Amino acid sequence: MQNIKDVMKNIVIVDYHLGNLFSVKQACDTIGINARVSSSKVDIEDADALILPGVGAFIEAMQNLEQLGLIDPLKKSVQQGKPLFGVCLGLQLLFTRSEEFGSGLGLDLISGTIKKFPPTSAQGSKVKVPQIAWNTIYRDTQNWQNSPLFDVPENEFMYFVHSYFVEPKDSSCVLTKTNYEGLEYCSSVLQDNIFATQFHPEKSAEKGLAIYKNWASNNNLI
Amino acid sequence: MKTVRIIPRLDIKGPNLVKGIHLEGLRVLGKPSDFAKYYYENGADELMFMDVVASLYERNSLHSIISETAKSIFIPITVGGGLRSISDIKEVLRAGADKVCLNTAAINNPKLIKDATRMFGSSTIVVAIEAIKENNGSYLAYTDNGREHTGLDVFEWAQRLDEMGVGELVVTSVDKEGTGEGFDLDLVAKIGSLVSVPVIAHGGAGRKEHIPEIIKQGKADAVALGSLLHYHFIKNNVSVHAAEEGNIEFLSQKRNFHTFEPCSLSEIKSYLVGNQIECRI
Repeated sequence: MQNIKDVMKNIVIVDYHLGNLFSVKQACDTIGINARVSSSKVDIEDADALILPGVGAFIEAMQNLEQLGLIDPLKKSVQQGKPLFGVCLGLQLLFTRSEEFGSGLGLDLISGTIKKFPPTSAQGSKVKVPQIAWNTIYRDTQNWQNSPLFDVPENEFMYFVHSYFVEPKDSSCVLTKTNYEGLEYCSSVLQDNIFATQFHPEKSAEKGLAIYKNWASNNNLI
Repeated sequence: MKTVRIIPRLDIKGPNLVKGIHLEGLRVLGKPSDFAKYYYENGADELMFMDVVASLYERNSLHSIISETAKSIFIPITVGGGLRSISDIKEVLRAGADKVCLNTAAINNPKLIKDATRMFGSSTIVVAIEAIKENNGSYLAYTDNGREHTGLDVFEWAQRLDEMGVGELVVTSVDKEGTGEGFDLDLVAKIGSLVSVPVIAHGGAGRKEHIPEIIKQGKADAVALGSLLHYHFIKNNVSVHAAEEGNIEFLSQKRNFHTFEPCSLSEIKSYLVGNQIECRI
């Protein structure tokens, strides 16, 4: 039996009609996070913590968030100190702007820009875009000790699917880096109550599920 | 770094996992969820389910296989076979697929590709190319498991798909599929050189030595394997139960895998690492 405190914790998986939320919900269910999928402003305002997933185009995502009236509630929630876990496009949306089709503005909760993988590597070889692969994550300047990665081994493989990557203005938020075809980029961030990954922990087998669990327990959500 | 994915491919007919030769002559191998679980636990990078019959009636059976699998398997799942509309795609994604694989519908209705990539994101849309080598050396694209001729040149078609913004291509050599003779290296290498998206090579793997070949010479970004892995599973799991329908003679008879040297995912991956090919171990 769960005690009342556990049942009361209310985690919302933000649904802005892009991408597949099923796998995120499934991961939450499996490790005992009481999460529900919602597009409602009120639900987001009432939530104890938020998960911002997403697959697809940056500009369309921002348009959908705007139409649903979710931009302010999301920003306020983070400013109030609510834990937020962004995944994939959910990481990119937290940044200032994207180079995708000109200049799309993001939530600007972290300063920085979104760039596209170049079609050729520094050595001149062809780079397949999107990167659809298991790739390794390794430490940058931040320690993993107090992060949801605390028990994840250095150079663990995680599953990535993306054409764009984030370039934070201030590297102090960078939690992990990843190297794709010679290009080293930021693959996860931790900045105060924001934790976000470019990879998909919900699709990265048991090691990935552990990240969800660690995030939830670090924030007293389970 | 660049890593390659090893993707078990599970061909589904009704409630069963089946396997054919040249995509035909389907034999029942067992219960898809048993194979899926085994592959997940043994380091599969992704799973690909293809409904090879794809009648409307049997669609429900595919959906229940997917939703059962997605509850306990936390790696990417690609589902294909008979998906013809945005609502078909939606239903499969709702059942738990991460990506969908289109073929016939892509050829008959290229607009579906454009709509689907916009709605679900490029990386969600995979297109299967079934290639058959003609007597004059050209390769033509087929649909419906290599039965329907389209007259499309495979290389032109691959480039068009790339321009339309699909996320990746699964290239099946129908000539090699199920034979265990090895991949069609030229076919995969040429497509890989023409497109900017990842290419998954499929059809022909009969032993582990074929896999470094298709990665090094064929420049494949990922490899989909059927018989090679399935036969290994069957050999090592005495109690394979198939639902009682379809052609189960193959299972009940003495198991003879002819040209195949079945092997496990971990054997394949250590062999790749030994050949300086990066993959998730």
